[in-house]
Amino acid sequence: MTDVAPAPAREAPSLVKAPTGIDGFDDITIGGLPAGRPTLVCGGAGCGKTLLAMTFLVNGAEQFDEPGVFMSFEERAEDLAANVASLGFDIPGLVARGRLMIDHVRVERGEIEETGEYDLEGLFVRLDYAISSVGARRVVLDTVEALFSGFTDTAILRAELRRLFGWLKDQGVTAIITGERGAGQLTRHGLEEYVSDCVILLDNRVEDQITTRRLRIVKYRGSAHGTNEYPFLIDDQGISVLPVTSAGLDHEALSEPVSSGVPGLDAMMATGGYYQGSSVLISGGSGTGKTILAAQFADTTCRRGERCLFFTFEESPEQLVRNVASVGIDLRQHLVRGLLRIEAARPSLFGFEMHLARMIRDVGRFQPAGVVVDPVSAFRGPSFEIQATMLRLVDSLKAGGVTGVFTSLTPAHTMTEADHRISSLMDTWISLLDIEESGERNRGLYVLKSRGMSHSNQIREYRLTEHGVELSRPYVGAGGVLTGSARVLQEAREQAETVRLRQEAEQRRREFERRRTATERQIAELRAALEAEAAEVAMLNEQADLREQTAEQDREAMAARRGAAE
Amino acid sequence: MTEGPADQPDQPQYVLRLYVTGSTARSARAIENMRRICEDHLEGRYDLEVVDIYQNPTATIEQQIIAAPTLVKLLPSPLRRIIGDLSNKEKVLAGLDIHLQLDKQLADEG
Repeated sequence: MTDVAPAPAREAPSLVKAPTGIDGFDDITIGGLPAGRPTLVCGGAGCGKTLLAMTFLVNGAEQFDEPGVFMSFEERAEDLAANVASLGFDIPGLVARGRLMIDHVRVERGEIEETGEYDLEGLFVRLDYAISSVGARRVVLDTVEALFSGFTDTAILRAELRRLFGWLKDQGVTAIITGERGAGQLTRHGLEEYVSDCVILLDNRVEDQITTRRLRIVKYRGSAHGTNEYPFLIDDQGISVLPVTSAGLDHEALSEPVSSGVPGLDAMMATGGYYQGSSVLISGGSGTGKTILAAQFADTTCRRGERCLFFTFEESPEQLVRNVASVGIDLRQHLVRGLLRIEAARPSLFGFEMHLARMIRDVGRFQPAGVVVDPVSAFRGPSFEIQATMLRLVDSLKAGGVTGVFTSLTPAHTMTEADHRISSLMDTWISLLDIEESGERNRGLYVLKSRGMSHSNQIREYRLTEHGVELSRPYVGAGGVLTGSARVLQEAREQAETVRLRQEAEQRRREFERRRTATERQIAELRAALEAEAAEVAMLNEQADLREQTAEQDREAMAARRGAAE
Repeated sequence: MTEGPADQPDQPQYVLRLYVTGSTARSARAIENMRRICEDHLEGRYDLEVVDIYQNPTATIEQQIIAAPTLVKLLPSPLRRIIGDLSNKEKVLAGLDIHLQLDKQLADEG
């Protein structure tokens, strides 16, 4: 056996990364793109390559003190600036301050005649000039493949591209090279052959008429990275990537209670409310007051001076505010104070993954203490996907200690598989019921589950009053829970019974009182008789004594008299 | 067939720029080829300027130079970029819109 010397612990210097400043992207790449190396970003038309690249440069120039060069082979500088102006990127300003340089390389096949040996030294000179003029640390070539349409000699072109990427590495700049997605390979002209440090694939898929953008890191030499497909979002806030791996189960469990906004409901839970950072599902059929219950949670959160983010998928913000105002919940004051934000979007606007990406981003920016999603049942899609994405949202809320209240338009007994999957993610589940009885429809509420706390098992009737949801006193009788008139009737019946019993008791008490008085009188009479008798006895004794005394005196007198006579 | 004998008096004036990379062999070859073509075909009616892009890098942006060497025909329009060391004379002439074939034909016949 060969004695293998223990290999020296590989203290490989960890790869230096250039942060992109793009939400979520730096999480999945564990720090950003490989610094000083080129990265290939490929994808089909309109999937966000240019925007990703431009964001990388703008953030570099503004946040990380790394000026950049954007070499565009397709769009003119003015068009580029105009396209990203809506995201708040001030390209002309950055250019004017010497933080960014845009060079539009125009490749016009019709103007070019090839007449012998050549190279692309012109391009190198241009790039070198641009880099040195702003002191660039970041470079974007978008899309370098346009060169293939301008030059017929692909052998020269490929050799020159290989040289170009090598040259970029020598310059020590962090570069993004974009490439159009090709059939059977990542890019149409096989650029992945030359740029092999980091390859990122962007994708724009349409499923069920809904588009979802996805990003995948195909390869990242020398670095760990997330390997999944991550949905990402492009909207007026720029690009956000929704990371999966950054959400885990390592969040600490908070034990502080937060009020549900309904005192009666708080009292049903041993802690006096939901746990802070827990997820709460409120399920119930149409018109059971789910939104109102959720709005009360939002209201009470804001009343404590904490922020709340309300996502509504069925009503506009105005509509929501008006509707809950009808039951006495004034959300407008919280909107005005900036404690409440209402984000409304139609569920069909984009895929649920995009919704979730947007929600996670908004939560990250607004930093609320409470979040309401009304309703989660608005999302449609394969149940496992919904569960997976919901899990990400729940985890990300938990990680931030944010209490989440989710409503679901599904009564517990008619739940679909998807609903069950969602409910298993929840810590507390409050079920709202319609109880139909004696020609009435009443509302009942119970805590179906609540992890980590004891809670009431009663079904409580509740009413929607002008002070929001109010729980009625529970009636629990032999016949189970009674609601509505049945409860009122039963209560009346019980009250009558109580009155009757009370009257009966009163009567018996009076009876007893009377008998006691009577008995006491008898006792008094007897005592009087006894005393009279005792007096008589004493008198008789006295008389007897007197008589005896008299007799004695008589006898003595008699004797005296006799004695004298004798 | 286009008409127009070579010795017509109203022939256009040529404004040409040749962008090269320092004093490489390829640059020298391009300059040499260009000079010959001008003397042979554009005598007295051309303005040729040789630009070294190493010395004058902004020229690459101004004139959209990618390849080197590049000969830019500024006038007469349309603008043309003729790349390479200009060793393929026929292609250069075609790019410059000089109808060599016709000239030759006429010369042979004459």
